[in-house]
Amino acid sequence: MNLNYLFSLLAVTVLFLVPWVGVDILGKKELFGLIIPYFAVLIFIGGFIHRIIHWAQSPVPFRIPTTCGQGQSLSWIKQNKIDNPSTTMGVILRMILEIVCFRSLFRNIRLEYREGKHISYEWEKWLWLGALAFHWSFFVIIIRHMRFFTEPVPFFIKALEDLDGFLQIGLPGIFISGFVLLAAVLYLFFRRIYIHQVRYISLASDYFPLFLIMAIAISGIIMRYFTKVDIISVKEMTMGLVTFHPVVKEGVHTIVYVHLFLVCVLIAYFPFSKLMHSGGIFMSPTRNLANTTRVKRHINPWNYPVPVHTYEAYESEFREKMKEAGLPVEKE
Amino acid sequence: MADELKPEELLNQTRQNHQSNPPITSWMDTPTIIRKGMYCYASNPKSVEYLGLPNARKWNPIEDDWKLPDNWQEIIHKGFKERLERFRSIKVFMDICVRCGACADKCHFFIGTGDPKNMPVLRAELIRSIYRNDFTSAGKIFGRLAGARKMTLDVLKEWWYYFFQCSECRRCSVYCPYGIDTAEITILGRELLNLIGLNIDWIATPVANCYRTGNHLGIQPHAFKEMIEFFCEDIEEITELKLEPNFNKKGADILFITPSGDVFADPGTYTCMGYLMLFHYLKEKYGLEVTWSTYASEGGNFGFFTSHETMKRLNSKMYAEAKRLGVKWILGGECGHMWRVIQQYMSTMNGPADFLEVPVSPITGTKFENAKETKMVHIAEFTADLIKHGKLDLNPSRNDKYKITFHDSCNPSRGMGLLEEPRYVINQTCNHFYEMPTNTIREQTFCCGSGSGLNAGENIELRMAGGLPRANAVKYVHEKFGVNMLACICAVDRAALPTLMEYWVPDVGVIGLHELVANALILPGECERTTDLRGEPLSEEEGE
Amino acid sequence: MQKNKMYDKEKVLAGLTIFVIIVTFPFWYNMGKAAPAPEIKLSDKAKAAKVCVAPKSFMTAEHMQILDVWRESVVRNKKRLYSSLDGKNYNMSLSTGEDSCIGCHVSKADFCDRCHTYASVRPYCWDCHIEPKENK
Repeated sequence: MNLNYLFSLLAVTVLFLVPWVGVDILGKKELFGLIIPYFAVLIFIGGFIHRIIHWAQSPVPFRIPTTCGQGQSLSWIKQNKIDNPSTTMGVILRMILEIVCFRSLFRNIRLEYREGKHISYEWEKWLWLGALAFHWSFFVIIIRHMRFFTEPVPFFIKALEDLDGFLQIGLPGIFISGFVLLAAVLYLFFRRIYIHQVRYISLASDYFPLFLIMAIAISGIIMRYFTKVDIISVKEMTMGLVTFHPVVKEGVHTIVYVHLFLVCVLIAYFPFSKLMHSGGIFMSPTRNLANTTRVKRHINPWNYPVPVHTYEAYESEFREKMKEAGLPVEKE
Repeated sequence: MADELKPEELLNQTRQNHQSNPPITSWMDTPTIIRKGMYCYASNPKSVEYLGLPNARKWNPIEDDWKLPDNWQEIIHKGFKERLERFRSIKVFMDICVRCGACADKCHFFIGTGDPKNMPVLRAELIRSIYRNDFTSAGKIFGRLAGARKMTLDVLKEWWYYFFQCSECRRCSVYCPYGIDTAEITILGRELLNLIGLNIDWIATPVANCYRTGNHLGIQPHAFKEMIEFFCEDIEEITELKLEPNFNKKGADILFITPSGDVFADPGTYTCMGYLMLFHYLKEKYGLEVTWSTYASEGGNFGFFTSHETMKRLNSKMYAEAKRLGVKWILGGECGHMWRVIQQYMSTMNGPADFLEVPVSPITGTKFENAKETKMVHIAEFTADLIKHGKLDLNPSRNDKYKITFHDSCNPSRGMGLLEEPRYVINQTCNHFYEMPTNTIREQTFCCGSGSGLNAGENIELRMAGGLPRANAVKYVHEKFGVNMLACICAVDRAALPTLMEYWVPDVGVIGLHELVANALILPGECERTTDLRGEPLSEEEGE
Repeated sequence: MQKNKMYDKEKVLAGLTIFVIIVTFPFWYNMGKAAPAPEIKLSDKAKAAKVCVAPKSFMTAEHMQILDVWRESVVRNKKRLYSSLDGKNYNMSLSTGEDSCIGCHVSKADFCDRCHTYASVRPYCWDCHIEPKENK
């Protein structure tokens, strides 16, 4: 089993080294600074759209929401309008809670076998907390990075930067999100290794993105706090990319290329991996449908006629017995 | 039950399984051994043949040769592909799991057995691994690194073993951040298995029976009537009233359909008597005509545990019979998976039922807006509405010897959201009601351990293990509040829970909601009751 | 079932459109805007001096580090003398007098702000120090 994470670690290490070799030794700056990023973005957008459309090409034949609260019922019974929605608004709120707050993960509890004869369920919100920290810090980091891709930098990005850097520790000031991401990703990794059930179910493809994101976070942290880079040149390159006037600047540290390359790998890998859960959650029929099947008919596009045992066939088989028992029959 | 494990032994075995590390070898390399007590007997070829399902033959799961068609791999592959094209749920659930493990210790079968392959995520991986190998490029290129493996006979056997160790209760789906529903996965797995004739007899034979006679138990029309009349005699002994239920009556107001299990075995029979008494009351007082049907004499639908198609074939009888009899709408009895089918499948599959009326209670005038398309009302909704409007004369003290707790059935909770109605009815008909801990009720309720066709005798260890979390919660309220009765609204519960209670919490009985209602219900003209529906004295003291 | 038919087409396409709009934000946000890298305007004095306290490449990437070290040295250790690598001595000071950073790079707007604005960096030097008057 441990091969799974060793392999992923090895893969990420190799990926880490590729741009060192490519840029420092082979001097392929255009490749790593321009061509690969464009390809990665294309693969990401194209692959993401393709995967969603692929899912959408299968219908949702039945309305199967998982109901997690009281349903719509008699007027005097209070419905749980979010966990068991019967309106579009309810579904939207349910989805927002799910996507933004990880509602379902918040329900998490942990099984505990006590000595003696009882099983109990313990408070366990660490996974929820870790997942929230991971996703939100990642989100903040992505928004923050938009300062390299916009000119002038819009106010909300600046505001977010100020918020993220409000501790004003050190110089350059620390962005909390970067360290939260690294801590969260480490937590997610160690829980995969440490909790034996989770270790047992983990595949190489579960460790790979974790290591990759770890490497991205570490290279980012190195570049900001340790090996300083000339960010004006970096921004010239990134702005060149988004304005379709790509340029390669001399004097940009290789760590920038490493960071960029790892991000490219991540986004190009994205549509082909479990990371598509980000799109999938929107398409999950147990969450995105209102529980209204008894109120409004849901149509199954491939509903086909099936052989049934008709009443006539039934009565013909049992007619005599039915008559004898005094049951009404259609044909005497 | 002599050669079976004692409760302490089973608990120890489970605890050890949980506390020891899982095998060092990957789950893909850990062979599945089909173990006695954990599996159900193979389907009877006659039943499979009657239904016209594939590969009817005699076979035995513990023998090496399962007598499969030569091209079984091709059949599975084709069937898989077809279902991916038909069900977005399956496609999405195959792709988006991140294996966070939140579902792992939520499954009653995993809690009760400690077998890692009973973790919902791993149960799904059994099938995902084949999906990746057959249908994804990553799986084709990277193979095992991407979590893919080839379909072999061992994999097939593993599927069969573990897809009949899941009761499609959807508890995992509540905790999954993406709502991945193992019930969908298991339904898919069982459909594929059925394509090559791999079913269990506890499902296949009831399905065949239901197809032919209208109910799972194969009760023929005359016998069905006799059994109900037998209950009427029992009721007469208790109340000195003569009941005359309607059968197959054209022009009745309402068609009533309930699981046949309640006609057959205790304590479901008392629930059945409860229905009869309620209908008698409504007929005498308000002139409501309810009819039973012998043709549609089954509420439950074991077709649901076979395939979507079989589910539809069995379910079709409900509307067909309602149409033939010309009733206004349909009332459904207490049952779990029956209500998942009615709530989430029936109108889509066999609707629209435009020959029926939007259900209105003729007694209270309440329009059941939540059932206006499907035109089928749950009896807990119906009775709660009657009580709320003060239409029933009730004497809750007749249930005073019971200290009740309520077991939410999986499907009404997680496939419907019927939580308050039965609680309201219990609170109005009983004086002592105690809830089990929050983590074990309502949408977080635990399965009885025997749902989805697993209530057989030969898999008793699996059932007792799977029911452990439920029993554990009952034991908690039993010890804390002296609870002695476990109320439920499901026929499989009434069949499965008595055994489970006897095994884990021997002092607790099982009772259906409408048995409680009938105990409390004062029928017009009845004599002073001295016993409850079970023929037992109304209070403990009187019995002394 | 039709092959390749999309179900819930409107909703899916609406969702995808939102997705594309969001992920391509940097591309359309900058459309039609010229975004040249800022050019630093050196003052005559700085031009004449030719060298700063350290080589230019080092200064572009690490000037904030030097300022941080200087602050520590001045405020905590009362040491104001900085010896550069090429052996020259400088007065450690951000903005006091001729013999300071601002003394040479006289315009904050032309020198500091150009890059800082471009890179969206907001140093807190001027939280304590008085901003130099711009003499245009």
